[in-house]
Amino acid sequence: MLKINGLKASINDKSILNGLDLEIKAGEVHAIMGPNGSGKSTLANVLSGKSGYEVSGDIAFDGENLNDVPIEERAQKGIFLAFQYPLEIPGVNTNNFLKTSLNTIRKSRGQKELDTLTFLKLVKEKSSELGIDEKFLSRQLNVGFSGGEKKKNEILQMKLLEPKLSILDETDSGLDIDALRIVADGVNSSKSEDNAFLIITHYQRLLDYIKPDFVHVLSKGKIIKTGNSDLGVQLEKSGYANL
Amino acid sequence: MKTQKDIDTNQEYKYGFTTDIESIKSPKGLNESTIKFISNIKKEPKWMLEWRLKAFNRLKTLKEPNWQKPKYPKINYQDLYYYSAPKSASDKPKSLDEVDPKLIETYKKLGIPLHEQKLLSGVAVDAVFDSVSVATTFKEELTKKGIIFCPISEAIIKHPDLVKKYLGSVIPLNDHYFATLNSAVFTDGSFVYIPPNVRCPMELSTYFRINDPETGQFERTLIIADKGSYVSYLEGCTAPMRDENQLHAANVELIALDDAEIKYSTVQNWYPGDKNGVGGIYNFVTKRGACRGKNSKISWTQVETGSAITWKYPSCILQGDNSVGEFYSIAITNNHQKADTGTKMIHLGKNTKSKIISKGISAGRADNTYRGLVDINSKALNSRNYTQCDSLLMGNKCGAHTVPYIRNKNSSSTIEHEATTTKINEEQLFYCNQRGLNQEEAVSLIVNGFCKEVLQQLPMEFAVEAQKLVEISLEGSVG
Repeated sequence: MLKINGLKASINDKSILNGLDLEIKAGEVHAIMGPNGSGKSTLANVLSGKSGYEVSGDIAFDGENLNDVPIEERAQKGIFLAFQYPLEIPGVNTNNFLKTSLNTIRKSRGQKELDTLTFLKLVKEKSSELGIDEKFLSRQLNVGFSGGEKKKNEILQMKLLEPKLSILDETDSGLDIDALRIVADGVNSSKSEDNAFLIITHYQRLLDYIKPDFVHVLSKGKIIKTGNSDLGVQLEKSGYANL
Repeated sequence: MKTQKDIDTNQEYKYGFTTDIESIKSPKGLNESTIKFISNIKKEPKWMLEWRLKAFNRLKTLKEPNWQKPKYPKINYQDLYYYSAPKSASDKPKSLDEVDPKLIETYKKLGIPLHEQKLLSGVAVDAVFDSVSVATTFKEELTKKGIIFCPISEAIIKHPDLVKKYLGSVIPLNDHYFATLNSAVFTDGSFVYIPPNVRCPMELSTYFRINDPETGQFERTLIIADKGSYVSYLEGCTAPMRDENQLHAANVELIALDDAEIKYSTVQNWYPGDKNGVGGIYNFVTKRGACRGKNSKISWTQVETGSAITWKYPSCILQGDNSVGEFYSIAITNNHQKADTGTKMIHLGKNTKSKIISKGISAGRADNTYRGLVDINSKALNSRNYTQCDSLLMGNKCGAHTVPYIRNKNSSSTIEHEATTTKINEEQLFYCNQRGLNQEEAVSLIVNGFCKEVLQQLPMEFAVEAQKLVEISLEGSVG
């Protein structure tokens, strides 16, 4: 599904990713761990197509080179990023935002846009599956949301948009156990043979709930070690310094 | 994908066309004979001419105000025409069928199909083409309720007592330069009278359009809501593309008596000039409402997207005890546009309340100033004001300024003022893009969110139009 070859990225002449290779197949869950400043969030941003980076190397998604594809088209093709810091957009109703987003993506897939009633039914269903209070759907997008609510909102969007590849950028940081479980349930209940997950995290904690097929260690912009889920447990004990 | 060039071409002023209907014009120049010409062609009674001449004499002693932020080149008032009317209107069409088909065509281009509008929307339209009203619809239905909605030139002849009593009672003859100029040379506009305890059954609406080159537009609108009545009035403007700067100095007077309410909404989309700041309308408007009776309410809502320079302060004079004044504003300036706009809330009665919500958006090289006065008089005990001024900047070559004047002359009243300035945020755009929205859609979503509190105040059909206008005005301004 995703094939990254020799990916380099720099910002203001500071190089962050230094020739990263990664392949993710449909049905797989990958975790990326690594110390602060190793390039984890940059990887998420570059995969989404965020501007401001000097990028070389190749990113192929479903066999198509993404290098010149703008952010919104990547999203329409099925790349979803759950933000580390979801943005507040004052005056924009959360439901309205979700509906606009879903219908834009449906349209690009050649699917029929949902009318308001059908949409509301769907979003109600998805939020109750996740145990999310639907009251926050009528609030302004992320405005005044607690950290946990913002992250839950990201997972709800992921469930709604049904992306092929979901990238979770430190979605677990700052979450209490209950919220962490909601995030994990969101991922586990969405998992299928046709989609994949890239979970960026500092801690083994989330991986107790979502069992990854592969764990990669990112350091200085390169993957220096790859293993199975045991690698995460081992890192939790010994830290990155011994690698 | 639309390219930047496509977008730029698409966003050129949409209503840039002119119709070549032969016009009757007054001779150029501002003098007594021009004023007599206007008064004569309107078949005005003598008192009206005298009123105009009084204004003109007063005008000679006045100077144009110059404290506003946007500066403009000196206007040669002797080089302007002060009256121009579509020729076919001088023998008064009895019905729409008799109206020059070219005029109807113009309205259609503007999206005002009168015939369909009559049937579908239930909105009565007093359409002003240049200076003369050519078609008034729904008159009969309104007449049944005793409501008067007609061109002011007609009201001067048919309802002289009402006009004499109220014209100039809110904007007096000795007001500032542009208001007084209007009093001397105003050509036409709307007149509305709602009798006691009548709720006007439809939104009253008028569309203005500048058509003839070098024609100053001097509309005059007078709305009176008698005791216990209610009216909602919509004003919308578009103008054809043109290079010369055109002066637009309208006067709008609102009077609300005991327990009456007037809601006045404007969508202003005059020609803003081209991308280099050439041409465009000077929109120097005086709008003022008097809450004369107790428990009365006047609410101004404006969406200002057009004009090279917008210079207006729709105001409320809260005379009656417990009266309420509201001002909701969106001012969008792009390219080289300049706006200096806000409101004045003058609290005179006890327990009076005012609320000001202003949203200024600047893009390109534009400059946007909120200027507002809240004045609570010593006798206006227990009065309250709440003001919120938010500015949104797009790009780094535009400007936003907030200039509040606050005076509170008694200790039982409270004034609150909140102001924010934000820049449209790259991260917010990234977030929206990542959810599948393109740049234009993302900007429109964020801006509409920013303006929401004001857009909500507009009547339904206007809100949709205004939302579109907000999008069109800002297309291509980010990224």
